[in-house]
Amino acid sequence: MAPILNVKHLDVKFELHKSEVHAVRDLSFSLEPGETLAVVGESGSGKSQAFMGVMGLLAKNGRATGVAELAGTNMLGLPSRELDEIRGRDIAMIFQDPMTSLNPTLKVQTQLAEVLVRHQGYDQPRAIRAAIEMLERVGISEPARRANSYPYELSGGMRQRVMIAMALLCRPKVLIADEPTTALDVTVQAQMLDLFRTLIHDFGTSLVMITHDLGVVAGLADRMMVMYAGRAVETGTVDELFYDPRHPYTLGLLNSTPHIEERARRLSPITGAPPNMEHLPDGCVFHPRCPYRFDRCFAEVPALTTLPGGRSKACFYGAPLIRKEDAA
Amino acid sequence: MSDEELLRIEGLNKTFAIRGGLFSKPLKLKALQDISFSIRRGETLGIVGESGCGKSTLGRCILQLLRADDGKVLWLGRNLLDIHGEEMRLLRRDLQIIFQDPLASLNPRMTVGEIVAEPLRALRPDLNAAARRERVMSMMEGVGLQPEMVDRYPHEFSGGQAQRIGIARALVTGPKLIVCDEPVSALDVSIQAQILNLLSEIKERLGLTLIFISHNLSVVRHVSDRILVLYLGRMVEFASGDDLYDDPKHPYTRALLTAVPIADPRRARQRNIDALQGEIPSPINQPSGCTFRTRCRYAIELCAEKRPPLENTADGGLVACHRWREIGTLAAEAAVAG
Repeated sequence: MAPILNVKHLDVKFELHKSEVHAVRDLSFSLEPGETLAVVGESGSGKSQAFMGVMGLLAKNGRATGVAELAGTNMLGLPSRELDEIRGRDIAMIFQDPMTSLNPTLKVQTQLAEVLVRHQGYDQPRAIRAAIEMLERVGISEPARRANSYPYELSGGMRQRVMIAMALLCRPKVLIADEPTTALDVTVQAQMLDLFRTLIHDFGTSLVMITHDLGVVAGLADRMMVMYAGRAVETGTVDELFYDPRHPYTLGLLNSTPHIEERARRLSPITGAPPNMEHLPDGCVFHPRCPYRFDRCFAEVPALTTLPGGRSKACFYGAPLIRKEDAA
Repeated sequence: MSDEELLRIEGLNKTFAIRGGLFSKPLKLKALQDISFSIRRGETLGIVGESGCGKSTLGRCILQLLRADDGKVLWLGRNLLDIHGEEMRLLRRDLQIIFQDPLASLNPRMTVGEIVAEPLRALRPDLNAAARRERVMSMMEGVGLQPEMVDRYPHEFSGGQAQRIGIARALVTGPKLIVCDEPVSALDVSIQAQILNLLSEIKERLGLTLIFISHNLSVVRHVSDRILVLYLGRMVEFASGDDLYDDPKHPYTRALLTAVPIADPRRARQRNIDALQGEIPSPINQPSGCTFRTRCRYAIELCAEKRPPLENTADGGLVACHRWREIGTLAAEAAVAG
């Protein structure tokens, strides 16, 4: 099957006062219909900016170049009027804070109905009926009453549901979720992850889940892409990357994550801190923190290379990675 | 960890007055109700719960950054609620805190050296400038910061380094007890692990007692000897880390544990996610009887009528649930049926 979203050589740059930050470099990946792809990385990895670039939502000083084909249409370089047609209808994005997506001065039903009037040409009464139905689908009790409320009258979990309902109103082919559960309490987070699983199954939506939480990835995603300092460093199925990581950074992330089932295992953190994006190291950007580095890593940048089976990594180290308990 | 009791909390209550509307009376928010437990010298006590459960308020009431309404905070046998002024100030050498947002908790106009020295200026007036500087340098080294950085400003540091500065500041007076309030929640995963390792290392090295407050159950499990679970300002369960995770007694503890995402795809797929319904009720308008009953699948009539008392369990823990003896069986039956 042809991928629904195909990103090739995506670069995102930000113009600063006297310099330029290259936030995303040469990023290529694809998303299959119905697939859930987790994009994992820490602050500054470019995981959010890559998708803000795809969606045309970068800050004024940002620019995205490359190709981002949604069902064959390159979203980059589309005139804004055409992009507006696609966004919200074929591809939608939701964020950590629902209030970034919701207008605080409008009733929930007004904002939801607007999407359907705009994109699907519904009349107002039909749009409101459809909006209330969608609120019910995302698990909001008394949907008609809630639809008649303002966002501030709803709890945090309910606002999150409203935002998801709004994103799914037009049954988009692709939903991009940027850390949607990070600010939530753990019991509400579990409800939301449950909801994502149900909705993407029922609607056949492809999901991109941007997160730093490997627990969220493990329970939800089919494939994952790990990013570091603006580049993809490893991609593969969730099982491949969790049980047989090939990039030292992926291994480092796994070793840094405390597990609820065990205690007293000393964590094996990655030493040092992520680089300053204005002054990236030469060679492989991860080499200053990498326990496996050798001469070549200081001078050359490893390309993302496909391995047998379809997974890929950007690392020169050839031998299997051994869990070094105290590699640091 | 010894059996010696370092701190004992008895019947602690804390209420906040919330201003009502223009013509309505102020409302009362009961943030903590009837909290009683003790901490042993050298242990790490975890406090977990969701937003609004009172975990940070409890930490602050222990340190007397907030004054509880009534009850006792017995520090080495003396009630801190009765101690004021200069005497309390001197006691603060023993009682320190580490905050969540490292950069926000550091004064941007002070150098790192001044920040770390600040508690010494306030609490150790006997030390002169040279002695202070020497201590600051050794603290910085102890938390993995290069002493040469002493004259730099907070904005020049990354989040992980800033949290190390916060830790150095907490350690500089030589405290016995440190309250760590979400100390790694704002940090990236790779940095979080560095700070957790640092905390456990200095705890061993200096023989500290830690109160570790977090919403992240995996992190709390990793560091804590015993764990206190709060819900709407009340204790629902208190047990050793192993007992709490292996055999949770309270339905809320069970729900919290099953809600934690597992970073292991095969196990995550096998797991039957049985999400707790609804959200935490408003602390201003709490349910009658057991405050958890509105979200509890095991609630019966009794739960609305009578508040469950804290009962002792066979393994030395505490639990506040009318049905805690049956919950294990009921949950197993539900799993088979479901």
